Amino acid sequence: MKKENLTLKAAVYTILIFYSLLTLFPFVWSILTSLKSTAEIAGGGTFFPETISFSGWETLFASQYTTWVRNSLVVALITTVLNVIFNTMAGYAFARIDFFGRKFLFSLMLLLIMIPAQVTMIPLYIVVSNLNLINSHWSIILTSMINIAYIFMMRQFFVNFPAEVEEAASMDGLSHIGIFFRIVLPNAKPALATQAIFIFMGVWNEFMRPLLFITSPDRFMLTQGLNALSNQFRNITAWDIIMAGAIFSVIPIFLLFIFLNKYFIAANDRSVGGK
Amino acid sequence: MNKKRKNNIQGLTFMAPATLTASLFIVVPIAYAFFMMFFNINLLSGTRTFIGFDNFSKIIGDPRFWAALRNTSTYVAVVVPIQTSIALILAALLNSKIKFNRVFLTVMFIPTLTSSSAMTLIFMWLFNNNGLVVNQIQQLTGARIQFLTNPDLALSVIMIMNIFSTVPHFMVVFLSGLQDIPANLYEAAAIDGATKVRQFFHVTIPQLMPILFYVVTMGVVGTFQIFDQAFILSGGTGGPQNSTLTFTLYIYQLAFTSNDMGRASAMSFILGVIIFTFTWIINKVMKADEMNG
Repeated sequence: MKKENLTLKAAVYTILIFYSLLTLFPFVWSILTSLKSTAEIAGGGTFFPETISFSGWETLFASQYTTWVRNSLVVALITTVLNVIFNTMAGYAFARIDFFGRKFLFSLMLLLIMIPAQVTMIPLYIVVSNLNLINSHWSIILTSMINIAYIFMMRQFFVNFPAEVEEAASMDGLSHIGIFFRIVLPNAKPALATQAIFIFMGVWNEFMRPLLFITSPDRFMLTQGLNALSNQFRNITAWDIIMAGAIFSVIPIFLLFIFLNKYFIAANDRSVGGK
Repeated sequence: MNKKRKNNIQGLTFMAPATLTASLFIVVPIAYAFFMMFFNINLLSGTRTFIGFDNFSKIIGDPRFWAALRNTSTYVAVVVPIQTSIALILAALLNSKIKFNRVFLTVMFIPTLTSSSAMTLIFMWLFNNNGLVVNQIQQLTGARIQFLTNPDLALSVIMIMNIFSTVPHFMVVFLSGLQDIPANLYEAAAIDGATKVRQFFHVTIPQLMPILFYVVTMGVVGTFQIFDQAFILSGGTGGPQNSTLTFTLYIYQLAFTSNDMGRASAMSFILGVIIFTFTWIINKVMKADEMNG
């Protein structure tokens, strides 16, 4: 009995270690590639760089790449702030305010969340182009400044949040808007953080919207820029530049993940929601 | 009376940004799509002609539609079962009272953080004709298999990539489900003499059914919409020989290469119907299973 458990345990560790190494491998290989010279890459070469070369990184940061990083950073930050405010307001109204049309709007949102984003992409493109937003960063900000999944998450948060505190504030004569900003928001910090992280990551990693909406290279978002980078350097086997670009693009999200680890896992728990 | 009115004003004010954004950028596009799919639309000249169901018959007569249907169906049929199984197995292992499980979890989660474009570039470099995988296979077997230029293999690279990057997300979803299963169920099974493996199939799986249902549904909906990876890998062409042409890439090409917004809307409608049908079937099958089990 005991021996059987020990073998089982060894097997469990072996599989987990193997899968962890498998996960890390492509990233390690990319980092190593980014430190090789283009000539070494073209020659096939060894696993580790024969001589460490930073020329890929230098070319990368001398290119438009820095502009793309800035574009993605600005657009993702603005979109995140708007989302956190708007989703939280809507979630609060659904949970706490008894207003005309609440049931209708709630059912409408439930219906809309089922519609896959790719299905509405083409008509969305036409709406955006009729609003003269093509090639403007506002096309991305405005079309993604709310997220129905997080509206529902916030609604759930407020349903579980004790109403007594708010009732006391209401006795003191605060309106819903006053209660929302002075009492509710400060108490909802963990839920707001979860929302903010995932929305930032969503915008940062989004590919299709920028591809459709943004046309001039100086306004490219980072993901689009990566595609352009690969088209430019693939044929001359300058994979050092391409891999440097790919790896650098992961770093901001990776840092968020390291420092705010608990929110990532917590959010995943919540996304199961209706179980 | 006064309070009721105040509530209406405050409620609708709080809802205003969400309602306006959802109307303008989700409801209006959907309504517009229903209209556009019956028209021949030229965005450049601004002309619209009503053509009834012609867009649909043109799509059905297009061999590229059938290529996209075949590729996307194969893709869903291969990726969903594999990613669901791997995610479930890893979650079960992580849940088995082992040390360092936070470390494993953290490392395994990295692919989920990576954008589809960065991941595609990394995989293109691995499977490139001069890449590590091709070179290693040649060293081991002597055969030089060129994945990205071979129409039989290009799609499988995207499949591997998709499995690699979606497994961690679903693994964490399963893990939180596993942690919610009451411990006394396992104790009872152990008293009855059930082995760990038997416990997994007779306690864990039935208890996890709702979450399994969620993961399979999200997997199907996600894989049917596969676009980014196919676009980047093929440079937007869906090549070699249409082997990476997926539904969404086909829609993109109809809209922006053929400049046929009407046909692209019709195709979007078809994709929507397919996704809803599949979700509905999975719902029926898995709910029925749950009743019997």
